[in-house]
Amino acid sequence: MPLAEVPNVVSAMPEIFLALAAMALLMFGAFQPEADGPGAVRVSRLTIRLGVIALVLTLLLVVTIAARGPITAFGNMFVVDDYAVFFKCLVVGAAALCLLISQDYLELRGIARFEYVVLVLLATAGMMLMISANDFIALYVGLEMSSLALYVIASFHRDDVRSVEAGLKYFVLGALASGMLLYGASLIYGYAGTTGFAAIATAVSTLHGAVPLGLMVGLVFVMAGLAFKVSAVPFHMWTPDVYEGAPTPVTAFFSLAPKVAAIALLLRVMMEPFGDMVAQWRQIIVFLSIASMLLGAFAAIGQTNIKRLMAYSSIGHVGYALIGLAVGGEEGIRSVLIYMAIYLVMNLGTFACILCMRRHEQMVEDIADLAGASRVNPMMALALAIFMFSMAGIPPLAGFFSKLYIFLAAVQAEMYVLAVIGVLSSVVSAFYYLRIVKVMYFDPAVEPLDRTLGTELRLVILGTAVLIVLFFLYPEPILSSASVAAASLLAGS
Amino acid sequence: MGNLPFLSLVTFLPLLGAGFILVIRGAPDVVARNARNVALLTSSATFLLSLGIWFNFDPSTADFQFEERALWMPAFNIAYHMGVDGISMPFVLLSTLLIPICILASWTSITSRVKEYMIAFLLMETMLVGTFCALDLILFYLFFEGVLIPMFLIIGVWGGPRRVYSAFKFFLYTLAGSVLMLLALLALYLHAGTTDIPTLLHYDLPSRMQHWLWLACFAAFAVKLPMWPVHTWLPDAHVEAPTAGSVVLAGVLLKFGGYGFLRFSLPMFPEASITFAPLVFALSVIAVVYTSLVALAQEDMKKLIAYSSVAHMAFVTVGAFSMTAPGIEGAIFQMLSHGIVSAALFLVVGVVYDRTHSRDIATYGGLVHRMPVYALVFMLFMLASVGLPGTSGFVGEFLVLLGAFQHNAWVATFTATGVILGAAYMLFLYRRVILGALVKDTLKTLRDLSPREMLVFAPLALVVLWMGIYPDSVLGVMHASVENVVGRLDVARAALDASALAAR
Repeated sequence: MPLAEVPNVVSAMPEIFLALAAMALLMFGAFQPEADGPGAVRVSRLTIRLGVIALVLTLLLVVTIAARGPITAFGNMFVVDDYAVFFKCLVVGAAALCLLISQDYLELRGIARFEYVVLVLLATAGMMLMISANDFIALYVGLEMSSLALYVIASFHRDDVRSVEAGLKYFVLGALASGMLLYGASLIYGYAGTTGFAAIATAVSTLHGAVPLGLMVGLVFVMAGLAFKVSAVPFHMWTPDVYEGAPTPVTAFFSLAPKVAAIALLLRVMMEPFGDMVAQWRQIIVFLSIASMLLGAFAAIGQTNIKRLMAYSSIGHVGYALIGLAVGGEEGIRSVLIYMAIYLVMNLGTFACILCMRRHEQMVEDIADLAGASRVNPMMALALAIFMFSMAGIPPLAGFFSKLYIFLAAVQAEMYVLAVIGVLSSVVSAFYYLRIVKVMYFDPAVEPLDRTLGTELRLVILGTAVLIVLFFLYPEPILSSASVAAASLLAGS
Repeated sequence: MGNLPFLSLVTFLPLLGAGFILVIRGAPDVVARNARNVALLTSSATFLLSLGIWFNFDPSTADFQFEERALWMPAFNIAYHMGVDGISMPFVLLSTLLIPICILASWTSITSRVKEYMIAFLLMETMLVGTFCALDLILFYLFFEGVLIPMFLIIGVWGGPRRVYSAFKFFLYTLAGSVLMLLALLALYLHAGTTDIPTLLHYDLPSRMQHWLWLACFAAFAVKLPMWPVHTWLPDAHVEAPTAGSVVLAGVLLKFGGYGFLRFSLPMFPEASITFAPLVFALSVIAVVYTSLVALAQEDMKKLIAYSSVAHMAFVTVGAFSMTAPGIEGAIFQMLSHGIVSAALFLVVGVVYDRTHSRDIATYGGLVHRMPVYALVFMLFMLASVGLPGTSGFVGEFLVLLGAFQHNAWVATFTATGVILGAAYMLFLYRRVILGALVKDTLKTLRDLSPREMLVFAPLALVVLWMGIYPDSVLGVMHASVENVVGRLDVARAALDASALAAR
């Protein structure tokens, strides 16, 4: 084999390292003498620490490799540009922090096992592959790699019927979505003659707007599959059930890393290979966006379970992010990137607060259980109130700015109807965010929650709350890195 | 003195105090006492500092003064830009004056979560002052909306029995209006390429765009002001809010709407303002007559004053949209006067509410026999609200009616009925609460005003009389800025007339 054909392995170093780390942890765990009891808990504690370290090292690798400039490797199937680096940082960071806040919960529920870490690491590796995918085959491999791991951790609490149900539901619907995506990809291959994004882009640009129906159908199928992954309406049905059933740290992970990765993927697929078909797919994205915003706003009103509420809230947030995609262009993409970065921090903080909700050493997850939290646990209540106001988009919190840039892009593109529906549904959603503040601050405590908080939880809550409150002081780093990332995505197409 | 960043200091000093209170630790009563002291100290210092703005202000120019500017989001050309002119400067002082009074007024009536209460009020002061000082669209919106958070908590945590309903209604109503304005501000920014308010004040927008943006901003300001028919959140919020919350709400928060009209709608969208003026007049006239009649029928003192606020704020819109110099100056004066008088009236209600825990008018009667000083104070502010010459209320109403007559005699006539109706419901209220025989046993043990309460009312009474007897000291400050706005409106009207002539 000539030397020139050896792929540029360096570009994929972070993924390779993370996969190896996951396998090493798997071996380490598998050869421990005790599979149950206190020994297993100790092992799981150790593996979580190691997992966090592995993720931090991966993050460093990602940043180091970013310095080498945009690279494509493996026969153009894999690309590392600023856009990929931006999202990889988000995903890896989210995964690391999710691991950090998981430990207490897992021990409390008696499911502290080392496999959890291994699965999270494998899923993260798959997501990184998704973000860097520059070809439908690579995309599919990355997507399945992360999804398979996610199906398993959704039902990680295997003695709990809801958790098992969540995993099964996620698997069946996820497999359906993957099938649709694959079918769409094969149709696209049939019409474009290639699976590479760059080659498809060239093929599409030669059509000059006369898009064959088959290609269009293929694109719609791909979009349906991806919409399932980002849980945009009408492909959102799995979200509330899976979010509610899965163990809370897993729910936190679901609402962060896979969602961000899937948005990254959706953006790349829409902007790179099909960037010239904007006129064809824009109305679909607009519909997904409006439907998600409205459903996210109205369906959440009646929820009593906070995890279910967060599921609908995340559907709504995806709706806002999709406004940016519908706008397209550098402004639109940049606004999505800013939105996802801030969403990640807010959501992480919120789930850290949800993980604090325990009474008599038992986890509780009804909104009503938060009653009077502001007296028992003032710092947690304050932080959760900050996150809720931020999600409602009230200035000067970070959530306001994320919406600001989205609407700025929408107004700039003269998509006024979309913008007006967006702001009005944000008012509706403010109602249920406020309801949580109301329960914590206005209602008297029926039976107070426990006061004790783990150190990791406390640190994560403090850190995210400070970030959200003080974002307005110095927004420049996020804004400029999002600008660079958006520019690199558009330059690649 | 000239180089001191006055506005930033006045804006963020309360925040510093709030941060200080946040770290106070110790036994609950010690924390409460320290929180009260720190809050009073900070807000008083802020007020003294803001006096520096008043004395160093140059009334001869319409330009913005005490300007500060720093790049905030360079990629978006959004800056931290502060400054005041003759229109906004009096409001800064109104805010800084009312907050220490609020804190003093809730000295004993707030006993639970004192620390959080004081933090909320100081946070609010930052937002209030910031709104009036901001000279950048995004910065303005930041403060304008940010007020919702402390106010929501103040109503919801320390309010009356239906506080949750009222807090939500207040929050969602104002949010729904404001988000539409946000879109308008963004469209303005994208069209003009800048968020700098002084630049935008001289920027000519295409007429079609003006109309849309005017409507979107109208949604926000009409809810805040509030105008009929979106005023229904106000009586609820007032009734349930703690006394000091009502004071800030009536004293400053409502002025956001009027200030918004004067700062944004009139100078930035002059053509649209001329076009839509009849709509504003119609809504204002309905508000004056209708809410005055509603006030006449109220059984709850706070509700009565809340409805009277709606009627008084309708004077403001009539004055502002008369687009004459006396009308606009009257509108500003009326806002300032209403800020002091309605705040004082809510405090007056708060005094007896603290003693009897009832706001029903029927609970009272003949208080003058037990509380003569209270009766005197109540009378002063009641008459100021009615608009007795010699009090601040008269000057505002008179100027507004003067401006309205220059514009349209019918509008002025209908608005003037508000003065009569206002006298009717206020005097009726006063008779039922203060005068008559003291027959109810519960009232026979009431104490008159304590020294602390007198200290609360003294500055307000002083300001009301001062503004009523020597109004030129306040009006003189705003002449130049108001002339500037009127000039811009005249130019727009001339252009409209010319184009109408050409079309003919």
